[in-house]
Amino acid sequence: MNQTTEKSAAAPETAAPDMAGLSRAQLRRMRRFDNPWRNPKLILGATLLLSIIALGLLGRLFWDVDMVFTGSGLPRQGPVGVENLRGQVGTWAHPLGTDVTGKDILALLIIGAPNSLYVGVLASLIGMSLGIFLGFTAGYTGGRVDDVIRVGSDVMITIPPLLILVVVQAAYGDITLTMMAILIACFVWQSPTRLIRAQVLSMRESGYVQMARLSGASSGHIMFREMLPNLVPYLFGSFIANVTTSIVTAVGLEVLGLGPQRVPTLGRVIYDAINSGALIQNLWWWWGIPTALLAVMFIGLLLINLGLDEVSNPRLRRL
Amino acid sequence: MGRIPLSYLANRLLTLVLTVFIAATLIWLIPRFPCFSWVQVLFQGLTCVDPADAALGRMAAGGGSVADSDAILAQLRTTYGLDQSYFTQYWLYLANTLRLDFGLSTASFPTSVATMIGYALPWTLGLMLISLVITFFVGNLLGALMVWERTPRLWKAAIPAAMVFTSIPPILSGLLLMYVFSTQLRWFPLSGPYALTVEPGWTFDFASSVLYHGVLPAMSIVVVTFGFWALGMRGLMITVQGEDYTTLAKAKGLRPRYILYRYMIRNAILPQITSFALKIGLLVAGQVLVERIFAYPGMGKLLYDSILTQDYPVIQGVSFVIIMMTALSVFLVDLIYPFIDPRIRHGG
Repeated sequence: MNQTTEKSAAAPETAAPDMAGLSRAQLRRMRRFDNPWRNPKLILGATLLLSIIALGLLGRLFWDVDMVFTGSGLPRQGPVGVENLRGQVGTWAHPLGTDVTGKDILALLIIGAPNSLYVGVLASLIGMSLGIFLGFTAGYTGGRVDDVIRVGSDVMITIPPLLILVVVQAAYGDITLTMMAILIACFVWQSPTRLIRAQVLSMRESGYVQMARLSGASSGHIMFREMLPNLVPYLFGSFIANVTTSIVTAVGLEVLGLGPQRVPTLGRVIYDAINSGALIQNLWWWWGIPTALLAVMFIGLLLINLGLDEVSNPRLRRL
Repeated sequence: MGRIPLSYLANRLLTLVLTVFIAATLIWLIPRFPCFSWVQVLFQGLTCVDPADAALGRMAAGGGSVADSDAILAQLRTTYGLDQSYFTQYWLYLANTLRLDFGLSTASFPTSVATMIGYALPWTLGLMLISLVITFFVGNLLGALMVWERTPRLWKAAIPAAMVFTSIPPILSGLLLMYVFSTQLRWFPLSGPYALTVEPGWTFDFASSVLYHGVLPAMSIVVVTFGFWALGMRGLMITVQGEDYTTLAKAKGLRPRYILYRYMIRNAILPQITSFALKIGLLVAGQVLVERIFAYPGMGKLLYDSILTQDYPVIQGVSFVIIMMTALSVFLVDLIYPFIDPRIRHGG
């Protein structure tokens, strides 16, 4: 795998002789366009995610988010210009409409969307840290420790997190967002562990690691200064994939009515909407807008992941 | 048969047994966690729920008051085995779980959990198998077409665009499909496994009704999962495209379609089967939620209903059975794989 990263790093040098006739400025510009990180998918995905974060940050400044907790408008009012079943037309007081108790949907989104991202990122960060630690330990030390970690991750990867978490939530009831993230993190360390272990095993025999070992570098130095930088694209990819898994699990719990009860989340809004028969009453803005926002979030994460794939694997780039 | 080495088999079997054991232990331990004295010292504020007490509470809530509550409580404690040590309770639980005996449901009282799961399981398995087969074929074919040089340009542009849906969890696609095809266009029924007017049985009417009602739940899973296979297939096809035998087949002047099916897809599809093992957990979890919104009477609906009624034996039984199904299918995939792909030799 490190061969591909070496190849991508070496590409500008090998291309240089063909461009002997070009000026230095032109060469620099070409090399800039060859920068794998300037990937359209990566940029588009990051833009989508940043716009959700911006909605959460700016919304708190410019919109009255207390409307999340109290029904302040007419119930079941449509977005601006949309007529509901009782013939009321939506107004700018509630641009995205209201739910069955008159809560403002826009305020629900402003508070709920960052909450979903927060759970995903926190759970994934904890899972990644565990995965890096266990993966390096397993791959680098080998032997009995490796066996235990390998079997452990093999076992845990087949257990769907949602089902264990359902048991947890059914037993304990209400939990906080952070607690939910920590619980999800207990189930997302396996794939980074496996990935890093496999990479470390293959890297351990490579020339530069042997070289470092011969020149007397400590294990810590080899692991974190020699090996870890080569893993960065994979770690990013794995991190983003885990954010997606964590958000899917969190939304799943919320849609089953098991998420945090006192904090507005997108999944909770969908749960309320389904339970109040929003589909039959044609209140599409109530469930549809949170669904669309979640879809944007997942598409953004997918695009980032596809972009990262192309960054780390140049063979995919020509497609 | 001699192709699978014994050590490989033992390894896979150990993983299977450990998975089932750990899942069973977690499911037992989680509700009882606050009841151990050392936990209460470490985490203040967690309350230990006594199942007998809770059952009595439900009785009182249903009937207004309960006479002879102390005697009933003692009786319930003996019935549930709560008067024994945790160690004994745990061993009894493990022994019962292995025999798929999860006790009696508390919400629909005299029915055993195993009976309820027995009704729900065929629906879940049927829906899962059908959507899995469709998604596997569609996904791999589209993934292969993304790489094939003779794919029409329109398709090459359309497939990546369709992939955008793949990151969405099936519950969201389910909601969208439900809105478009049953409340707006009214092509498909909104919910339920079959029409209320049809008598269940081995008749054509019943079968067609079941199929008709299954279209939307299956589609909502297919729409969001085919991209996973397509992406994996694309990566594998790129590798196969560069192989010498593909170049040779082209040089021989074989028909391009023949090369695609017999030379490229056949070689690229096999590793896809192993990634199935890694993905099945998420597929199962997604289907649980799809069943809940379509009121499909499978394990997901059973789980949701038991959460609403706080029916812990059912919650635990359903969770355990789904985890066991997942672990078993991973085990089977691992066992079958060396037979269908002779390139793989384990332990050799």
